[in-house]
Amino acid sequence: MGELFDKLNNDVRFVEGIKGCINCGTCTAICPAAEVYNYEPRSIVNKVQTRDDKTILELLKSETIWYCGECMSCKTRCPRNNAPGLVVQALRGMSIETGNFVESEKGRQMLSLKRMLGDSVLETGYCVHFDHATLHMFPELGPVWQWVRDNRVEVLSKVDANYMGDGPGAIRKIAQENLDELDRIFEVTGANAFFEKIESDSEKKAQELNIEFGEGKESPYFREVYTKNNQEKHVR
Amino acid sequence: MKKEGIRRIWGDYQKEIADDKYYFVRSCIRQTFFPGSDATFLKILREVLGKDVFEDKNHTTCTGIGYHCEVIPFPTIQTVVARNFALMGEHGYQNYIPSCVTSFGIYCEVLDTWHHFPEEKEKTRNFLREATNREFEEPQNLVHTSDVIYKFRNEIAAKAKYKLVNKDTGKPLKVVDHIGCHYAKIFPSKGVGGAEFPNVLSGLVEAWGGEVVDYPERRHCCGFGFRQYFVQANRGYSIAASKKKFESMEPFKPDLIITNCPGCNYFMDRWQYALAEMEGKTYDEYGYGIPTLSYEEVAGILLGFDPWESGLQMHQVSVNPLLDKIGVEYNPNIKFKGENGQDLGKPESPNVLKFF
Repeated sequence: MGELFDKLNNDVRFVEGIKGCINCGTCTAICPAAEVYNYEPRSIVNKVQTRDDKTILELLKSETIWYCGECMSCKTRCPRNNAPGLVVQALRGMSIETGNFVESEKGRQMLSLKRMLGDSVLETGYCVHFDHATLHMFPELGPVWQWVRDNRVEVLSKVDANYMGDGPGAIRKIAQENLDELDRIFEVTGANAFFEKIESDSEKKAQELNIEFGEGKESPYFREVYTKNNQEKHVR
Repeated sequence: MKKEGIRRIWGDYQKEIADDKYYFVRSCIRQTFFPGSDATFLKILREVLGKDVFEDKNHTTCTGIGYHCEVIPFPTIQTVVARNFALMGEHGYQNYIPSCVTSFGIYCEVLDTWHHFPEEKEKTRNFLREATNREFEEPQNLVHTSDVIYKFRNEIAAKAKYKLVNKDTGKPLKVVDHIGCHYAKIFPSKGVGGAEFPNVLSGLVEAWGGEVVDYPERRHCCGFGFRQYFVQANRGYSIAASKKKFESMEPFKPDLIITNCPGCNYFMDRWQYALAEMEGKTYDEYGYGIPTLSYEEVAGILLGFDPWESGLQMHQVSVNPLLDKIGVEYNPNIKFKGENGQDLGKPESPNVLKFF
């Protein structure tokens, strides 16, 4: 068997996710992603089942593996108890580890996700933090959210939140000793190295595309990958 | 499907839900966008039902959203989960209740992984020890917070001041239940009623006097899709899924959407606003949209809690028409006031969705 296929088998999610696909197409029929993207989870499982490295490498470089929303509806409905969503998770992880994620428009979005979510976890202890939820990034938050943000101390106190306070409660400040523990967990389990890889591979791609890389969420490369949508290429 | 058939299926998907001494774990999305919902849950558990609920200032995100966006590797999330379990054990609790459905799915996935691949559990144990010097045990009981409210739905009904009934017509309100995908689609046996006919919210609606709306896209995802929402370029995926649901439910004229997932609650509220702005379309008869509330927010209304202390003013779809239908006694003039009556102005009115 191919080297990449063997590596996929080291991921327990891959082992759990594929037990022998009968190509019935149920996963594709109920897939929310398949309604909006040129996407078939059945086809991904089919390709992986070839165990052919060239085919798997094509997947790692493709847009296709990034279309899934990981709702896992496929897991519920598969008559053979496969989970194409888990297979996709394993493929995405390998695409990042092998640096192939930068070869697709949707894969390159990893840089924005790393800076929005990964950095947030280490800086605040939250994946999503009140202070990061701005209308600039998420305009659909609507005018009521702008009002909440403008009056955050008074509004959050009224609903018994502990905004950036010590002790327990909603939207509390998570103490530095807890963030330090998270950082050590990220270090020993490889997440920090994973973050560095996303940054360094993205920086190389930015140079290749001649787009200024920079730091933070306003850099030209961040804005490029966060907003670029070559829709005709992706939709049905 | 006929009700008898559904009830038979429910019989196959009943699970143990501990009746006291809970270790409560907050959701990133719930506490950010609907913090009053958390407060309402705790008030119901502690003050109405007299339960022991422990809140730990030291727990962190489970990192589940990052994991489902491929930012967080699997060994990392397993170790963060193990740390949260360790904190629970250090405080002497065994019944773990996350308020986030993504988290609930994560905890189920991690426990299932450890069951099928014990070497993953050992690796996690070693990682946690090396990083934090902590030890963990698995929870004796792991359920979602909506499961807890489900367990006590009849007690809540008995103490409720109101019912899900239209005060003018005396008819039950029509309620759409929307269950977060990761509540039971990954592990159907972990959800009350399973994945195809989940009962965790419909059971509440029926116990509280409402009528459950069965509509074609009832089980379709709200469209969060993790990276499909967080990256602006992908957001069409997200809003398209919600739109499909709204169009499917619209002919049934629902009075309310009840959710158990913090993300779904956010999306089904905010995408109604966005669709109204984009297409000039609302999905109710009067242009206000369909109020979208969590199970604890609904319970709080029925128990007579102050709607503004429960944070219902933080929804973009106005809740006032629903309060009026039920006949709730409330003061609309303090909706946007501060805790001590301070004038905080008002949100700008959306262009299409009626808000005031």
